Amino acid sequence: MSAHLLEVRNLSVEFHTATGTVKAVKNVSYHLDRGETLAILGESGSGKSVSASAIMNLIDMPPGKITSGEILFDGKDLLTMDPAARRDVNGRRIAMIFQDPLSHLNPVYTVGWQIEEALTAHGATRAAARSEALRLVARVGIPAPEASLKKYPHEFSGGQRQRLMIAMALALKPDLLIADEPTTALDVTVQAEVLALLEELQHETGMGVLIITHDLGVVAEIADRVVVMNAGEVVETGETGEVYRNPAHPYTKKLIGAAPGKGAMHAPLARAEPVLSVRGARKVYGEFTAVHEVSFDLMAGETLAIVGESGSGKSTVAKMLLRLEEPSGGQAFWKGRDLFAMAPAELYALRRDLQMVFQDPTQSLNPRMTVWQLITEAWVIHPGILPRDKWKARVAELLGQVGLKPEMAGRYPHQFSGGQRQRIAIARALALEPQLIICDEAVSALDVSVQAQVIELLDGLRKRLGIAFVFIAHDLPVVRDFADHVMVMQKGRVVELGTVREVFETPREPYTQALLAAGLDPDPEVQAARRKARLALAEG
Amino acid sequence: MSSFVRKRAFASLISLLLLLVAVFFLSRLTGDPAALYLPVEASEEMRQQFREVHGLNDPILVQFGNYIWDLLHLDMGESIRKARPALDVVVEAFAWTLQLALITMALVTGAAIVIGSLAAFRAGGFFDRVSSLVSLIGASAPDFWVAIVGIVVFSVGLGWLPTSGTGTVWHWVLPVAILFIRPFGLIVQVVRGSMITALSSAYVKTARAKGVKSRPIIFVHALRNAMLPVITVIGDQAAALLNGAVIIETIFGFPGVGKLMIDSILQRDFNVVLAAILVTALAIFLMNLLIDLAYALLDPRIRY
Repeated sequence: MSAHLLEVRNLSVEFHTATGTVKAVKNVSYHLDRGETLAILGESGSGKSVSASAIMNLIDMPPGKITSGEILFDGKDLLTMDPAARRDVNGRRIAMIFQDPLSHLNPVYTVGWQIEEALTAHGATRAAARSEALRLVARVGIPAPEASLKKYPHEFSGGQRQRLMIAMALALKPDLLIADEPTTALDVTVQAEVLALLEELQHETGMGVLIITHDLGVVAEIADRVVVMNAGEVVETGETGEVYRNPAHPYTKKLIGAAPGKGAMHAPLARAEPVLSVRGARKVYGEFTAVHEVSFDLMAGETLAIVGESGSGKSTVAKMLLRLEEPSGGQAFWKGRDLFAMAPAELYALRRDLQMVFQDPTQSLNPRMTVWQLITEAWVIHPGILPRDKWKARVAELLGQVGLKPEMAGRYPHQFSGGQRQRIAIARALALEPQLIICDEAVSALDVSVQAQVIELLDGLRKRLGIAFVFIAHDLPVVRDFADHVMVMQKGRVVELGTVREVFETPREPYTQALLAAGLDPDPEVQAARRKARLALAEG
Repeated sequence: MSSFVRKRAFASLISLLLLLVAVFFLSRLTGDPAALYLPVEASEEMRQQFREVHGLNDPILVQFGNYIWDLLHLDMGESIRKARPALDVVVEAFAWTLQLALITMALVTGAAIVIGSLAAFRAGGFFDRVSSLVSLIGASAPDFWVAIVGIVVFSVGLGWLPTSGTGTVWHWVLPVAILFIRPFGLIVQVVRGSMITALSSAYVKTARAKGVKSRPIIFVHALRNAMLPVITVIGDQAAALLNGAVIIETIFGFPGVGKLMIDSILQRDFNVVLAAILVTALAIFLMNLLIDLAYALLDPRIRY
C-alpha cells in the first residue's frame, strides 16, 4: 500500500506513427503527496506531458500504448480501473488545467455552463451547480462574476481565461491538480498572479499540484520538488533548491546554464549618427489608438529591444517600420529618408536593407519550399544582387553562418527542429545582406537551450556584420542578454527608454519596476527574494 | 443584424433582376407559342388573334416593360396552358415541392448527424468503415437509375408501393427515399470529417478531464462546433431540392415545381417559367438567410 497521494511507477508509453514507434516515456517513476507541488521540467519532446496525460486517461489509444508501469492514486492503480470508475476520478479527484485556455474552453458555450458542467457531470443539480459556479468565479478574481457566467470564452483576456479554467478544475475540490504549462502563454505580470492564485488555493484545499513546465523560473517560484526529464527519461529528481545549486546530471547542468539573464550586459558606445530615427510614429484603428507617438534612434550594429505585454503595441511598431501596417502618423528616417512617406516602388527597393524574422518559423516558412528555394527566392525577387552562378556558394555560406550544413539545402522545413527552422528564417533574412533585422518574438517559441544558441548567433551577426536589430520580446532575461537599449511600452505608449543597464538596474518607472519584479528567476533563492519585493511593491 | 438582412436582400434583388432579364429574353428565343397551342391547320388570322390575346405582338422591349410594370403590381400574368394566373399555378406546385424538400431534408439531417458523429467517434472502426462505404455509394449513385430500380422492385415486383401520383402516404415513400440517398451520402461525409476535427480539439480534452461522459462529449461539446460546415452543405442540398427535383418529380409524376418548370419550358408557357423562377429564388434567399442566422445561433463569435 502506497502512502503517497500519487505514485507513478515504471511508466512507459509508446506512440505508433507512420515513421515508426516512438518511445515517448521510458520507465518513468515519481511521486507526489498532499499539499506538495512537484514540477516536471523538460524541453519540447522530453515527454514531460505524456505521463500527465496517462494519469488523466487522455492518451488516444491507438496510436498510443502504455507498455509498462502503474499509476497509483490513493493506492489504487488507475490503469487497471474499470472505465466508469476511472471517469469518475477525472474532475472529482484529479483535475487538470492546460497551456492555452482559449482553445481548451469550448467556444460555443458560456463559461458559466462549462463550470456548472464540471459539477453536474458528477451528480450535482443544476441549481446547486449554478450557485457554486458563481462562488468559484468570484473566488478566482473575475470581475462582475454574475455577468461573467453568461459570457463566452472569447470575451475574456488570456489571464482571465486561465482563472476560469482554474475555477472549473477546482469545482469539486480535487485532491490533485495537474497544470500543464499553465502560464506559458501569459504575460509576466499575469503569470505571477496566476501562480500566486494557484498557491493560495493549494493552501486552502491542501491539494497536491503537479506542474509541467519548461521554465526554470516557474519551478523556482512554485515547486517544492522537481523531476527533470530529457528524451523520455527522468534524469534527475530532488528538492528544487538542491537541484538548482548542485545539479548532478549533465543535462540539468546544461539546462541551468542555458537560462538567460546571467551574462554581462551590453555597454553601448557613445551615440553616433543613427541609421534609423523614428519620430512620433502613431497607429490608429478606428477609434482605438494602438500606438501613441513613439520615437527612438538606432545606431548601426546596435540592438534596441522593445518590451511590453500583449496589447502594448510593440509588434505594431515593428510592422509599421516595414510598412506591413500603414502608419497613421509620424516619421521614420532610414539613412535620412522617411520610410513612412515612401512610394511603394521605393519601398520595394529598400526591402533589401530591412528584413524581419517572425515568431513562429513553422508558419513563416512555406512548407512546400526547400531551404534552397526559401533562401534564393530573395535573389529571384531582387535580380541583380547576386549572379546565378554564385548562388550555390552563397547559400552554403549563409547556412554555415547560422550553424547549419550546406547539404541541408535540399530539405523541407518540416524535416528540421524548431530551433533549426528559426535559423533557416534568419538565413533567409540574411540573404539580402540587410542592415536592419526586426525580430518579432523571434526566440519566444524556442526551448531555452536553443534560445541561447539563437541569441548567440544573432549577437555574432550583429558584431561581425554590423547589423542593427529591433528586438521585440516579452521575455526580460533574453532582452537583458542581447539588448543595448531597451524601450518599455505599455498600452501603446513608451514608458521608459534607456540603456539596458539603466532599465534593468535602476528602472525609473513603476511599470518597469513591476515588470521586472514579476519576472521569474531560475534561482529559487533569488526568486524568493524577488517574491518578497513584489509583495512589498503590491502593498506599498 | 437588420442592416445585414437589408444588404443581403438588396444584393439578392439585383441578381434576381438580372436573372429575370436573361430568362425573359432567352425564353422568347425558343419560338412562338402560337405554333404549339393552335392546330396545324389554324389560319394566320387565328394565330394573330392568339398572339394579340397573350400580348405577344408588341415589340419585345414593350413586352418586357409591360411584364415589369405588372410585376410591380404583383401580377405575373396568365398561364397560357392552364388559363389561370401563373402565380397560382406555381404556388400550388411549390407547396408540393416544399413538403417534399422539408420531409427529405429533415430525415437526411437527422440521420446524417447521428451516423456521421458515431462514425467519427471511433474513426477507422467497423461502424465507420461500413457507414463510409454506404455513404460513398449513396453520394455517387445516379438517382434516375435508383428511381427506376426502386419502381421495378417495390412497385412492379413486390407491389408494395404505388408507381406514381400523390394520393396516399405510400405515394411519398419512394420519392422521399430516393431523394434522401445523395444528400445523405454527402452530409454523412461532411459530418464525419468535421466531427473528427472537433473530437480531437483541446476543449474535448478538457471535457474528458472533467469526467464528462462520452455521449455528451459527442453530441453536446463536439457536435455544435462541428455543425458550421455541415450547415453549409445542408443549405446547398436543400436549395437543390427547392429548385425542384426535376428528374424524380418527373419519374414519379409528382406535381412539384421542377416538373412544372420543365413542362412550361417545353410548352413555351413563359409567364409560368418566370413566376416559378421568382418563387424558388425567393425561397432560396430566405433559406440562405436562415442558414446565416443558424451560424450566429450556433457560434457566439459570429456577429453580423
